[in-house]
Amino acid sequence: MNLAEGVQIVSFGLLALMMIGAALGVVLITNIVYSAFLLGGVFISMAGLYLLLNADFVATAQVLIYVGAVNVLILFAIMLVNKRQDFAPVPNAWVRRGATALVCAGLFALLSTMVISTPWSFSTQQAVGDGAIVAIGKHFFTDFLLPFELASVLLLMALVGAVILARREFIPDDTLTALQQPALTLPERPRELASVGAGSPDRTLAASPSEQNK
Amino acid sequence: MQLQYFLVLAAALFCIGIFGLITSRNAVRVLMSIELMLNAVNLNLMAFSNYLDTQDIKGQVFTTFVIAIAAAEAAVGLAIVLAIYRNRDTVDMEQFNLLKW
Repeated sequence: MNLAEGVQIVSFGLLALMMIGAALGVVLITNIVYSAFLLGGVFISMAGLYLLLNADFVATAQVLIYVGAVNVLILFAIMLVNKRQDFAPVPNAWVRRGATALVCAGLFALLSTMVISTPWSFSTQQAVGDGAIVAIGKHFFTDFLLPFELASVLLLMALVGAVILARREFIPDDTLTALQQPALTLPERPRELASVGAGSPDRTLAASPSEQNK
Repeated sequence: MQLQYFLVLAAALFCIGIFGLITSRNAVRVLMSIELMLNAVNLNLMAFSNYLDTQDIKGQVFTTFVIAIAAAEAAVGLAIVLAIYRNRDTVDMEQFNLLKW
């Protein structure tokens, strides 16, 4: 074993430990904010593993998209639904957890024996390495052109769908003046309704909680 | 470095993701577990691309597609969680039984 292989083995071990530990933390820690930050740790160690696999472009995309977009989105969602409540305990919850752990351990054992016992036909050629970006670009615009364009359409659909799903329901102006109805209060902290028209009723709505606080 | 190391690691991550998907009560944590499982699949694809398909790296192309789909899935899933939270005032998975019976 020469030096490069030793460095690779050691960094693989460190990244694997980081990733498994952070993934267990994501699943097992009760505080969801810690879970979200540990999820970022999982993504970053995954990017390191991609670097070990000679894929610098996908490692960069992993850091940009997962850590920069998905993880931040999850943190925003946690802060938007941040309601400290203790879930009502379910009877025989430990039976569920135990059965699930048993099934997952069995699945892991099955997959591991399959991986180890399969005779893989390794490629003898040198890895493409730094030419990966060129190869990926050629794939995108020749034989994977239709999935590439479909992915862009799907991203647009997801964008519009997320906006439509997450926006507030439209509240008419005449009901906005009757603020005392408890049915219209949103189950969130009071905040400024910026989207409902430019008239004065929403200003009074935004101003009323602060006046109550005084 | 062996292919099997990466595959066993991806299998472990996938099983952790399944465990979190089934046992967690918070809806946001369910989405995080789905992200873990997608990452395990990505690691499998990348390992195959590096060890079995070194010249014609189709695994990396597939991984890029999976990353794009995962981003779309996270956005729509979190929007659904927000809408459910507005309607039901909770994120407990045990109380989401609108479509159950």
